[in-house]
Amino acid sequence: MPKLTVDGIEVEVEAGATVLQACEEAGKEIPRFCYHERLSIAGNCRMCLVEMERAPKPVASCAMPAADGMVIKTDSDLVKKARTGVMEFLLINHPLDCPICDQGGECDLQDQAMAYGCGSSRYAEKKRAVKDKELGPIVKTIMTRCIHCTRCVRFSEEVAGVGTMGAVYRGEDTEVGPYIEASINSELSGNLIDLCPVGALTSKPYAFTARPWELKKTDSIDVMDAVGSNIRVDSRGSEVLRVLPRTNDDVNEEWISDKTRYAIDGLKRQRLDRPYVRVNGKLQAVSWDEAFAAIKAKVSGLDGKKIAAIAGDTVDCESMTALKDLMGKLGSPNLDCRQDGSKIGGPRASYIFNSTISGIDEADACLIVGANIRAEAPIINSRLRKRWRSTTGDFKVGIIGESWDTTFKHDYLGAGAETLSAVLDGKSEFAKVLEAAEKPMIIIGMGALNRDDRDAVLATARAIADKFGMVTGEWNGFNVLHTAASRVGGLDLGFVPGEGGLATNDILDAAAKGDVEVVYLLGADEIDMSKLDKAFVVYQGAMGDAGAQAADVILPGAAYTEKNGTYVNTEGRAQQGWRAVFPVGEAKEDWAIVRALSGALGQVLPYDSLDAVRSRMVELSPVFASLNAVTKAEWADFGKAGDMKPEGFATPVRNFYMTDPISRASVTMAKCTEAFVKDAAAEKVA
Amino acid sequence: MSHLRRPAPRELQPISFAFSPENMEKAKKIIAKYPEGRQQSAVMPLLDLAQRQTEGNWVPTVAMDYIADMLEMPAIRVYEVATFYTMYNLAPVGKNFIQVCTTTPCWLRGSADVVKTCKQELGIDIGETTEDGKFTLIEVECLGACVNAPMMQVNDDFYEDLNADTTKSILEALKKGEKPKAGPQIGRKGCEPIEGPKVLKAFCGCGAADQSADASEGEA
Repeated sequence: MPKLTVDGIEVEVEAGATVLQACEEAGKEIPRFCYHERLSIAGNCRMCLVEMERAPKPVASCAMPAADGMVIKTDSDLVKKARTGVMEFLLINHPLDCPICDQGGECDLQDQAMAYGCGSSRYAEKKRAVKDKELGPIVKTIMTRCIHCTRCVRFSEEVAGVGTMGAVYRGEDTEVGPYIEASINSELSGNLIDLCPVGALTSKPYAFTARPWELKKTDSIDVMDAVGSNIRVDSRGSEVLRVLPRTNDDVNEEWISDKTRYAIDGLKRQRLDRPYVRVNGKLQAVSWDEAFAAIKAKVSGLDGKKIAAIAGDTVDCESMTALKDLMGKLGSPNLDCRQDGSKIGGPRASYIFNSTISGIDEADACLIVGANIRAEAPIINSRLRKRWRSTTGDFKVGIIGESWDTTFKHDYLGAGAETLSAVLDGKSEFAKVLEAAEKPMIIIGMGALNRDDRDAVLATARAIADKFGMVTGEWNGFNVLHTAASRVGGLDLGFVPGEGGLATNDILDAAAKGDVEVVYLLGADEIDMSKLDKAFVVYQGAMGDAGAQAADVILPGAAYTEKNGTYVNTEGRAQQGWRAVFPVGEAKEDWAIVRALSGALGQVLPYDSLDAVRSRMVELSPVFASLNAVTKAEWADFGKAGDMKPEGFATPVRNFYMTDPISRASVTMAKCTEAFVKDAAAEKVA
Repeated sequence: MSHLRRPAPRELQPISFAFSPENMEKAKKIIAKYPEGRQQSAVMPLLDLAQRQTEGNWVPTVAMDYIADMLEMPAIRVYEVATFYTMYNLAPVGKNFIQVCTTTPCWLRGSADVVKTCKQELGIDIGETTEDGKFTLIEVECLGACVNAPMMQVNDDFYEDLNADTTKSILEALKKGEKPKAGPQIGRKGCEPIEGPKVLKAFCGCGAADQSADASEGEA
């Protein structure tokens, strides 16, 4: 551990740390453009120059390894002069069009020019101009502003795993871009915008929308997939304008997917802003009381067994708690939070990502079963790539299921159950890899679990986990990858059929037959609505999607940006997001709607505040008592041995950009679908 | 920047590229020079091979893609290399690719005359190609032959110690399809002083008579 002195302060840093990191350790701020903690070191912007004793000239601190006995000065006149010189060079070709630049106000170059700019330029010659690049529907380019820090080049190569960006040509002709016209075909491309320290890469959908100082910033949790990415929602007035990542090393590091970032424009379209009741086949706008009255008229006196509830994919835990309790009061055991029909549940270890996302960093072999991780959870895919690229030993990946475009080297083993059995029996080559691995893991996706033979698949997967030592005292490499933000929370709360209750598909069948008369859809849109023709459908949600079309009563709820909500991600990590804006029109927070309805039905739920609901959640599951943490789940027996169907595992996400009502309503996501998804029209149906 | 440093327009880009069987052999040999897992280092010689194989002495985008595939690297990494080094032409050039050095030493020794002669003889300006496609003329920075300045490079050959007349005769020969003798055009063998060698005469084959003189000097 080298010890060095920074401005007279002695610091000790880890071996392999850079001088820049040592300076930060000493509390000194070092200006930088090209250096980024999560990318490789380029050392080309020269902004981080510091003075080092016995060195003939200033050194780039980001690329200089810290060594014992170094004496560093970060605030000497020499340093100031050197950085001012670098800044002057950087500004030679920079257009200084800050007033019309979207980066203005959050621009590293702007900020650092305040500290190191020399106020005027000595450069009288013509500035160079660079042709803008067309990078697709997400990233807007104004390449003249580029200072060649190559952060975008390193990100696309290292994290996203798509070699689109490069630094082409040379010297003063250097340009950053793809050389040939090519969009950045990555689910993580939006992160380039955050990474760009200047206004060269900015957000296309957000262009000329707002200045950063106008925005209210609210911490929230993403619901577009089951990763639970930590996000910051930027809003102005009643409008959500953009979503940015929040750093959480255990979950999303510093990245978010393009869907997380850009689906929010869907929140402005097809919103349910007031209650509706269907009268003579047509939906009519009514007041809340009238809507509740309509439900009461149908429900009162009805046998609880004839009532059912299905929760959708983006629902918060608070509203599921309220609805579960209401169903209990109405005497209905028919409730399900798995609208895709996957009957996962039971012991907690059987339905969460036990190794945790950061656990991927430690794994040394991974078997992926029935999951197109790149489409289902791009953030986890980037984590797998990070592990694969890291130098801490080999990371072998085997894939069973549909073949998909990974961003890491892998062995494609086969399409379905047969291959899975072969791995278990040791007939597959990959069995040897798992055997040799110290910390092997299996990731089993919904593609393998939303089938009728799920119990057998689960049992086989469990057997593989046992056989290859995936579950030891410390390490649990049995992982289920969910696609829905609400799923694990629903399972933790027990939003599943009670004694003698029906699960999603049975509810639908019973409704088609008329055995179930009232179906309460809590944001559930991805089910077969044609089976609900006979039933009285109550739809509670924010978006006018399939569920609202089939509804007899619509109760307008809040979108995830409009409520304080708790979500449990695929790891089983409970996280809370805050309300950024108020719900549109007459819409209300969802748990409050259910609470109000319970009053109207004469079955008053015993909570009047968010805190009270959350206490109830803790009663239902201790998971909600320890927020932001993953509680280790007890390894248990689950699954049921049996015959597995020969069909290959089909991934449930056909189009990454459109998976839920919000992203389906989003214009940006529609553009991305058009640009990046092959057979977009065909896949939209699926 | 010369148009040769920008990718040729789409209509000039061929649809496909593959190494000829002979070049494939060469490529394999080149790749085998690098240790396992470091095959990407072969990108530069392979680009050169592709340039030599392509009609018009240039590297089309498909050839870069082909090499990227061959070396299992992202195409952009090949583009970066090909666009960085000026020896790779990104657009077709004439059969005789004339690069006249105009950096200071050559300029002091009369490279302006060489350029002027080229322009006159070929009827083209710098950066242009003659209509018959036989000549492309460009101006380049130092090619490292300053001792024999001024100089120009035609395809792989250096023509050195030029003046207007020798330049003219070289161009005339090239026009006839001949290949004039490369190297210094004033009778020098290499880069020894113009008045003849001054040291190490024994080793340059400049006559035995001088040898004893050299030896005695050494003794003294």
